[in-house]
Amino acid sequence: MIGGLFIYNHKGEVLISRVYRDDIGRNAVDAFRVNVIHARQQVRSPVTNIARTSFFHVKRSNIWLAAVTKQNVNAAMVFEFLYKMCDVMTAYFGKISEENIKNNFVLIYELLDEILDFGYPQNSETGALKTFITQQGIKSQTKEEQSQITSQVTGQIGWRREGIKYRRNELFLDVLESVNLLMSPQGQVLSAHVSGRVVMKSYLSGMPECKFGMNDKIVIDKQGKGGSTDDAGKSSGKQSIAIDDCTFHQCVRLSKFDSERSISFIPPDGEYELMRYRTTKDIILPFRVIPLVREVGRTKLEVKVVIKSNFKPSLLAQKIEVRIPTPLNTSGVQVICMKGKAKYKASENAIVWKIKRMAGMKESQISAEIELLPTNDKKKWARPPISMNFEVPFAPSGLKVRYLKVFEPKLNYSDHDVIKWVRYIGRSGIYETRC
Amino acid sequence: MTDSKYFTTTKKGEIFELKAELNSDKKEKKKEAVKKVIASMTVGKDVSALFPDVVNCMQTDNLELKKLVYLYLMNYAKSQPDMAIMAVNTFVKDCEDPNPLIRALAVRTMGCIRVDKITEYLCEPLRKCLKDEDPYVRKTAAVCVAKLHDINAQLVEDQGFLDTLKDLISDSNPMVVANAVAALSEIAESHPNSNLLDLNPQSINKLLTALNECTEWGQIFILDCLANYTPRDDRESQSICERVTPRLSHANSAVVLSAVKVLMKFMEMLPKDLDYYGTLLKKLAPPLVTLLSAEPELQYVALRNINLIVQKRPEILKHEMKVFFVKYNDPIYVKLEKLDIMIRLASQANIAQVLAELKEYATEVDVDFVRKAVRAIGRCAIKVEQSAERCVSTLLDLIQTKVNYVVQEAIVVIKDIFRKYPNKYESVIATLCENLDSLDEPEARAAMIWIVGEYAERIDNADELLESFLEGFHDESTQVQLQLLTAIVKLFLKKPTETQELVQQVLSLATQDSDNPDLRDRGYIYWRLLSTDPVAAKEVVLAEKPLISEETDLIEPTLLDELICHIGTLASVYHKPPSAFVEGSRGVQHKRLPARAGSGESTESPDVGQSVGGADAPPAVIPSQGDLLGDLLNLDLAPPATTVPAVPASMQMGAMDLLGGGLDSLMGDESETHNIHQRMESPSPQSLSEYSHPELGGDIGGSPAIGAGMGAPPAVMPASLNAAVGGGLGDLFDLGGGVGMPTGAFIPPKTLWLPAMKAKGLEISGTFARRSGVLQMDLSLTNKALSVMSDFAIQFNRNSFGLAPAGPLQVLTPLTPNQTIDVALPLSTVGPIMKMEPLTNLQVAVKNNIDVFYFSCQYPISILFVEDGKMDRQVFLATWKDIPNDNEAQFQIKDCHLNSDAATNKLQSSNIFTIAKRTVDGQDMLYQSIKLTNGIWILAELRVQAGSPNYVLSVKCRASEVSQFVYQCYELVLKN
Repeated sequence: MIGGLFIYNHKGEVLISRVYRDDIGRNAVDAFRVNVIHARQQVRSPVTNIARTSFFHVKRSNIWLAAVTKQNVNAAMVFEFLYKMCDVMTAYFGKISEENIKNNFVLIYELLDEILDFGYPQNSETGALKTFITQQGIKSQTKEEQSQITSQVTGQIGWRREGIKYRRNELFLDVLESVNLLMSPQGQVLSAHVSGRVVMKSYLSGMPECKFGMNDKIVIDKQGKGGSTDDAGKSSGKQSIAIDDCTFHQCVRLSKFDSERSISFIPPDGEYELMRYRTTKDIILPFRVIPLVREVGRTKLEVKVVIKSNFKPSLLAQKIEVRIPTPLNTSGVQVICMKGKAKYKASENAIVWKIKRMAGMKESQISAEIELLPTNDKKKWARPPISMNFEVPFAPSGLKVRYLKVFEPKLNYSDHDVIKWVRYIGRSGIYETRC
Repeated sequence: MTDSKYFTTTKKGEIFELKAELNSDKKEKKKEAVKKVIASMTVGKDVSALFPDVVNCMQTDNLELKKLVYLYLMNYAKSQPDMAIMAVNTFVKDCEDPNPLIRALAVRTMGCIRVDKITEYLCEPLRKCLKDEDPYVRKTAAVCVAKLHDINAQLVEDQGFLDTLKDLISDSNPMVVANAVAALSEIAESHPNSNLLDLNPQSINKLLTALNECTEWGQIFILDCLANYTPRDDRESQSICERVTPRLSHANSAVVLSAVKVLMKFMEMLPKDLDYYGTLLKKLAPPLVTLLSAEPELQYVALRNINLIVQKRPEILKHEMKVFFVKYNDPIYVKLEKLDIMIRLASQANIAQVLAELKEYATEVDVDFVRKAVRAIGRCAIKVEQSAERCVSTLLDLIQTKVNYVVQEAIVVIKDIFRKYPNKYESVIATLCENLDSLDEPEARAAMIWIVGEYAERIDNADELLESFLEGFHDESTQVQLQLLTAIVKLFLKKPTETQELVQQVLSLATQDSDNPDLRDRGYIYWRLLSTDPVAAKEVVLAEKPLISEETDLIEPTLLDELICHIGTLASVYHKPPSAFVEGSRGVQHKRLPARAGSGESTESPDVGQSVGGADAPPAVIPSQGDLLGDLLNLDLAPPATTVPAVPASMQMGAMDLLGGGLDSLMGDESETHNIHQRMESPSPQSLSEYSHPELGGDIGGSPAIGAGMGAPPAVMPASLNAAVGGGLGDLFDLGGGVGMPTGAFIPPKTLWLPAMKAKGLEISGTFARRSGVLQMDLSLTNKALSVMSDFAIQFNRNSFGLAPAGPLQVLTPLTPNQTIDVALPLSTVGPIMKMEPLTNLQVAVKNNIDVFYFSCQYPISILFVEDGKMDRQVFLATWKDIPNDNEAQFQIKDCHLNSDAATNKLQSSNIFTIAKRTVDGQDMLYQSIKLTNGIWILAELRVQAGSPNYVLSVKCRASEVSQFVYQCYELVLKN
């Protein structure tokens, strides 16, 4: 299991060091600094073995978090734990920075004591932790409160405490998708997939039992076969989407999903990620990029890029940014674009073209002349792909939320009383077109 | 409130000031001071001088302050054990606190303080906490048992904590169950033979129920524990799989990977024709793909595992090629791993896409990545014949870029393509030759020279090209030198008239001016060949080369199976067994996949399940293991120094004969062996490269010939490899099962060690014996070939106890066809030592006039028990106490119907001496001692209950690895 946990700043100074196992000595702290943080070469692996000691590290801004062990530990678990630890710290004091860590070092030690015991990760749900790790002391608690805390920390529903009350029961569902594309210069889709997340913000009283439904092909087809004549049955086929795979927050009853494909759960309070999913079929690609690069002699390049929006004309895409890479030996660039603003950024070796808004089924174009310095470098320019960023108000996978039902039999509010909000946001992931 | 100010105090009188503050009356000031102390501790300053003052702050109502003091204690208690005692009272009191959080905190912290005296006081509170009404306290106490075990294993056993911990597996609270499972699994790891976890269908059912309810981390503990279980039959296996599959949808990647591990392992047991088997295969792909959308570090772990899974079951991901395409801003470690998997998944169906991708990658910036991409193109050409042409033209395009490292890499792979498809792509040689000057890496130079030599007849200026290399001959690396030598000889054989001078030049450079034995020997062989019989030389040097295999870098199957059992862990990330990077006894146990039940599957190795007392069957019975060959290469075939002076002469002759006789048939490969096996057809590159590297064979008399002898197997290996070498060959060497253990009087029957079909007609069976203090290896040599065999010699590889022949193999007359001869070979124990796995494994090389043959066998450890193994009683007592309890191993000997006296006599004849006998409650306790040839003492206690056929044997030895073998020895002695 995890033998020790260290946090360093960018210089390699130790900010937090907690050793859980006897086989990890103080020299481990230095070994990591010398061999990884101060290493001359770029780090080639997130797992490093130095003198039979294994170091796992992740980096958040310029802070290094390292877990150390001498055993054959579950590597995936160690990384998951490090990420979780970042989440917990962020939930307690915001951004992970040197200043914040120094300001909260006592709190961090207290957290580390609680969420990692002898190197075994323990309950690390912020909801539960915040009930008793407060930095205020817990002297004032009554006996009932104490046993409530312990039963929550160890209980089956470790992510939610009992007795939550809201005057207004409300929930927000965000379907956030990032659409990824790799396209050949000729416009052939080399790979495309959507990775989506359903994020829920719940402000619900008591221990509500929730059921979430979407236009999952498997569910819709099953209902269709059942002979139902309602709307869902009719609209099946086109309206439903094939989900390649999905994963759920630990509150979701996985065995029930496995057997009935129904998503039921008791949600944590506040914001959390209900599910992640991935689709590869019938993706709506919001934009198409058509590049044209011509080398005119050895010192000049002509670039023309056309972008086409491919969605309903009534919808508006935002924050559109096209990034056209330029060779390292670029000396000057002239750009002409029909819409938005374009600039050559020498420090980034790219022409960045920004458009604030663009409606569906439109087209826009940029052309640029790039002057090159003559070089005797034999190596050809690698021509990195043209990448794109954008945000659209729909789900490129076609996913639709069908319902989210809330039942709380013990309290006197019903599904109808809950105010529900649903929002779809599609963003570009890695959206690249080779040129 | 900010705490960062505590980091900044660097004044001189700091410690003194802190001391004053710690003793302040004001609570706030105290707390501030402790915070400062902790901050100094974190940065690495020594604040141990403040120990008494900090401990004084411990008795407080303020929980925050208490936690800080505890933190300090955990860090410094070890350096100040006497002072630490001061804290005990507070701990004990806190364990009784009405607040469960404080009870848990106290027991948690106490377990972290590694001071013996404190540990003593921990037992009582821990016992109470394990039965606490509050689950939070129980789950903390469960982990504390593991902590205590780490400090003092004996204490945990004596206090009965292990049983309490086992009871917690049935606890009503899922988190308590999870922590108990985690603690037990870890404790069980350091007691490989104990049945601590006692996994049975009932307990498995409990675990599976808890799996649905506990936290993500708990699920990981439980799944990892489940993976150690071996279901009784395929039905049980299926039902467990069904209950584990929902975990594949968990958001935590570690839960998913651990579930994949359980499924991959239990799938082994399912019959392949079962519908469920197919369903399961289909279910595995999507979650594996989803892992690739995790954070990069987790992607890396996932990719390393997918690499294993793809090798074990390629069908799972064969349609998912696209997800492994490299993204422009993937971290380099992710890119390299993806590339590896792409090559493995490349097939005729997707080759066009793959090639287009690889060509893209070859223009990236990262040198390692580009090289690998170029190499990958070559691999595709070799793997998918239809694509070869396109690959070659892609490579030529890349060579045109003139980027130095791309060109070099391309030339190395083109050489491989020439090997695979001779006489097809030679038109490109001209282009290659243009780049001769830019090659500065040995591998690329060697590859180019090989090409020039191989196709000398088609290259007009081949002699000039090679001559240009010759100028700096002595500055070249060995690889290039050897290659140049061979290439020039080839050239001479093809164009003898104009290159005579060149060949003489290179031969004299190699033989006279070089002190590299490899190069020199190869030079001499060529020289002699060319001078005695040029026609034969031509047949040898220009012989047809064996085919090269399609797959590279495959992990050796037994290792692969073991790694599959470690999916998700560091072992799977490093692609090494845990024993390679974990110290001590933990994780040294080899895990293996379960055997498939029934359904006509016969590929499983027969030794599964037969192994005695849970000991793993010897992995070394698989002769394909490269290191076996590699190690034997280091043998000096000359006789050992202890032999009688008269014999060496004839032995030496034998060695020479071997050289001469074997040469004709072997030299053909030889010229290729060195350069090609290094990178190409090796099924397990790390191990094979050991012997294909010429340097390794250096100290052997006739190294090239041996090298050639070794060169042959790899060419045939890939075929047999696919047919589960692990099993197929294993049964030929079936030693692991019931190795006969001799007693003083009893010598086990001979077992077949080397079957005739593996050794060109020579069959060897044998056994080991100890006869009045002399170690002997009894061998039966049978000639099943049609020709006479002679010139026998034997040699052992280094082994655990330094066994070595004490004389030559006395086969005085040639062995005629169908004749069997029995030889007793005296053994000494003064040979070179190397620890073997298993311990008693012995690797043997036998040569005759035909060839050298290798096999491995296991000797019973009892042959190493010496006659003066009787220990003095007092010494025995002291030694017994002295050896740490961790080293004690307990075994059950069942169904033995001897009384204690008969047992004593029987054991005595095998040099197991009974020193004392005690009778308690009708139970006889025999105290026994054994001494090994290398001076290691083994102490044993044998408990014989009158009327009961079951004995209990406790073995204690400083080298605890031998215990298992001692136990096997007892079993055999007592039962024969």
